Amino acid sequence: MNAPVVQSDLNPNRKVNVWEDPAATPYVRIEGVSKYFDKFVAVDNVSLNIYRGELFCLLGGSGCGKTTLLRMLAGFESPTMGKIFIDGIDMHGIAPYARPVNMMFQSYALFPHMTVEQNVGFGLKMEHRAASEIADRVAAMLKLVKLEQFTKRKPHQLSGGQRQRVALARALIKQPKLLLLDEPLGALDKKLREHTQFELVNLQEQLGVTFVVVTHDQEEAMTLSSRIGVMDHGRIVQIDIPKNIYEFPNNKFVAEFIGSVNLFAGSLVEDESDHVRIACDELERTLLVDHGISVVSNIQVGAQVWAALRPEKIHMTLDQPTTTENWTQGVVQDVAYMGDSSVYLIRIASGKVLRVTRLNVSRHAHPVTWNQNVYLHWDSSSLVVVSA
Amino acid sequence: MSTYNQRSWFRITALAFGFAFLYVPILSLMVYSFNKSRLVTVWGGFSTEWYGKLFENEQILQAAWLSLRIATINATVATILGTCAGIALVRFGKFRGRNLLSIMTTAPLIMPEVITGLSLLLLFVALEQLVGWPEGRGMTTITIAHITLTMSYVTVIVQSRLASFDVSLEEAAMDLGARPAKVFFLITLPIIAPALLSGWLLALTISLDDLVITSFVAGPGSSTLPMVIFSKVRLGVSPDINALATIMIGLVALCVIVAGIAMARQQRIHQRELQLVNT
Amino acid sequence: MPSKLSMVNLLRAGLTYMGLRGRTAVIAIPYIWLLLFFLIPFVIVLKISFSESQISMPPYQPLVQWVGNQWSDIRLHLNVGNFLYLGEDSLYLRAVINSIKVAAISTLLTLLIGYPVAYSIARAKVTIRPVLLMLVILPFWTSFLLRVYAWIGILKNNGLINNFLMWSGIIHQPIVMLQTDSAIYLGIVYSYLPFMIMPLYANLEKMDLTLLEAAADLGCKPFKAFTSITLPLSMPGIRAGCMLVFIPAVGEYVIPSLLGPPESLMIGKVLWTEFFNNRAWPVASAVAIALLLLLVLPIVYLQRTQDRQVDSA
Repeated sequence: MNAPVVQSDLNPNRKVNVWEDPAATPYVRIEGVSKYFDKFVAVDNVSLNIYRGELFCLLGGSGCGKTTLLRMLAGFESPTMGKIFIDGIDMHGIAPYARPVNMMFQSYALFPHMTVEQNVGFGLKMEHRAASEIADRVAAMLKLVKLEQFTKRKPHQLSGGQRQRVALARALIKQPKLLLLDEPLGALDKKLREHTQFELVNLQEQLGVTFVVVTHDQEEAMTLSSRIGVMDHGRIVQIDIPKNIYEFPNNKFVAEFIGSVNLFAGSLVEDESDHVRIACDELERTLLVDHGISVVSNIQVGAQVWAALRPEKIHMTLDQPTTTENWTQGVVQDVAYMGDSSVYLIRIASGKVLRVTRLNVSRHAHPVTWNQNVYLHWDSSSLVVVSA
Repeated sequence: MSTYNQRSWFRITALAFGFAFLYVPILSLMVYSFNKSRLVTVWGGFSTEWYGKLFENEQILQAAWLSLRIATINATVATILGTCAGIALVRFGKFRGRNLLSIMTTAPLIMPEVITGLSLLLLFVALEQLVGWPEGRGMTTITIAHITLTMSYVTVIVQSRLASFDVSLEEAAMDLGARPAKVFFLITLPIIAPALLSGWLLALTISLDDLVITSFVAGPGSSTLPMVIFSKVRLGVSPDINALATIMIGLVALCVIVAGIAMARQQRIHQRELQLVNT
Repeated sequence: MPSKLSMVNLLRAGLTYMGLRGRTAVIAIPYIWLLLFFLIPFVIVLKISFSESQISMPPYQPLVQWVGNQWSDIRLHLNVGNFLYLGEDSLYLRAVINSIKVAAISTLLTLLIGYPVAYSIARAKVTIRPVLLMLVILPFWTSFLLRVYAWIGILKNNGLINNFLMWSGIIHQPIVMLQTDSAIYLGIVYSYLPFMIMPLYANLEKMDLTLLEAAADLGCKPFKAFTSITLPLSMPGIRAGCMLVFIPAVGEYVIPSLLGPPESLMIGKVLWTEFFNNRAWPVASAVAIALLLLLVLPIVYLQRTQDRQVDSA
């Protein structure tokens, strides 16, 4: 991960993520921002700090408010409530053309009547830079995005990937401190997207610009970002580094939105600082979680909770496990071969169907097949307790 | 596929019949403009004498010149006003009186011309009584009337162009530091320019062609070309009108063919460029 | 250079001021124009339709007169006589009914001819569609008056059709075609055909053709598929096209006066005659108001169809 780091004062040997450093001042401060369109709440009381040099992803489904939040940073929408500070300055009433922010649009919004060169140089022209300076900087920027030989082309004479790079070059030419990217890779096909992801990260590190990226693609968010803010119904539901978002979702929505997950509804029967026990109607045995509930607060014994278990963390065997906790048995209902891995749907006694993935490490050995009885077990460290 | 082929004879027949209906009258008009006989529809041999007669006809030449002047001014003003109205309707969201503006810009399109003509004349008469302007009726009143009629056409064209306009282009320009006025002149205007041009041409054509409204608001000595044609045509067919029609249709056809070739060339270049991109 | 900087600032301030003003101006200029030259004229027409004729210039009496210096001395001459006159003289009622009849029949004929053409263009190859469409619009760019005039030469007693039929020996006496009601229908169909074809084409062109494939897949024969899928889906286009033809056709003046019989009663022609020949401005205004009332419903209907289309788009 390309998380920006600062040296901690307390322990000079340990690198601390900038957002964990209480002394660091955020570059972008969003304070209690809401946006209503008539009665519709697009963004609902969002507070968020983004630090210099971060590559922050706003991740969520369509209509979750991520684009509206981005447009408020750019100045195309103004918050109904709350405040936005960029570099310590309140952005209220500051027009888009006066903000130290540039944006790369989802549609790229390349000016169809201008050449690549003119498109990229537009921002500098608006600053009334000298023609020679514009020419130099445009040439340098086009070199950076590897478009030197396309300077005189019009946007419609470019391929999708080339257009994407023109849009990026145009947004970067004014050397903004903050670059907003709306689904920057959305219009590219899968192969090109993977390649471009890494280019984008390299460019960001090279230039040291703070990126805020809006995406609906979890894989993209995982690969790109230093931190992810997951949004749902206008709210930020979790902010964390990609690994934690996947491994420790604090919420049923996040657990289900990122990757696939098996969820067990149950009630808390034991809540200690080093372990938790959950009784679940759908399982014969209680669930033992070997860590306390860190991500969900204010839960007492007897409370209804969800336990999340990722499909790849379930072990499937033909022999009965020897442990007393964290296992069950069932019948293979379906097998889906995915190439690198296979997905098994196992129906357990209560009728619930669990999803199990297994890497296809060996080419031939696959004894598990339809209608077979199998045992499923998992480590107590693999379970996560999430709120509804 | 077979079902499509079975039905294609129907489509070809429909098109052949439709286009014959549209074009046979026009072609007959043109053919008989070269008729020697005064009796227009009785062929008396090939001749171009009616064209010569036409260019000796002071009344027609004067009327044509007047029409051309009115049409040019009208098209220019109507394009400006129609563009403003189109932008206001598409871009300015809800403002007080938007509905009324929307109605006022579409109504002239379908309003029977006798009503528009009559109402404008009564306005001009009342204005003259009240403020002494416009003095009498002539080129000014005709131009104003034509602008009122044709700006609606421009508005509709601009509206439909702006409706398909990607707003993020303007936002991108603003994001890069362009103020609203700059955004309009550097981004919006160049991109919608073709729509403005077709609006201008349409306004020009309608103005050159209008008879009813013009008759109401014209004064003595300000007869436009359609008015002169109408007064002659009412008395029956006349060979010099055929000649005039041939010239006018020929001019329009020429413009359209030139525009068509230019567009086809553009398309071919575009196609080639697309291949370039894909390889 | 402080002077240059302050100049820039001044310019900026000015531009901001203009930016704010610009928006208002963009709305206000066309607004004022249309209020003055489109809406107010109707108010004047309405006003004059209630005043009395007199022989002078302008040939009507003012509606409001001051006969003294006091408010109570205002005399309001509200004369409904013009409208009563319209009701009394059966000529006007017959003109209204005849106009509607002529417009309705012509609209139907235009639809019958325009639909197959629009359909055929919409189903033609993508590459030739623009050419075909251009051919439909091209006559519209040439003079309406001259296109109507062309039919005189074709329809008259020694015109193209009669000459041909007599030459081929099918008839020996010319058929009277010019100056008939049929000639009016023909003229309207001919002149307004592009107005019918354009909205129909726009509608048919964007239709999802896989719907027809789905219908065929489910066992629907082509003609049945047309009547049960294409036709119902093209109703908005049909409505728009019919209104675009019907509304101006009701008030048509040029076509009935050039192609129709001299005694043909079309309301547009009646208005013209009252105004130019009889110099009865108040009566002409009353006719205009009546015509407008007649057309209010179809106009509102058209507006709503178009709004719906815009909403669904």
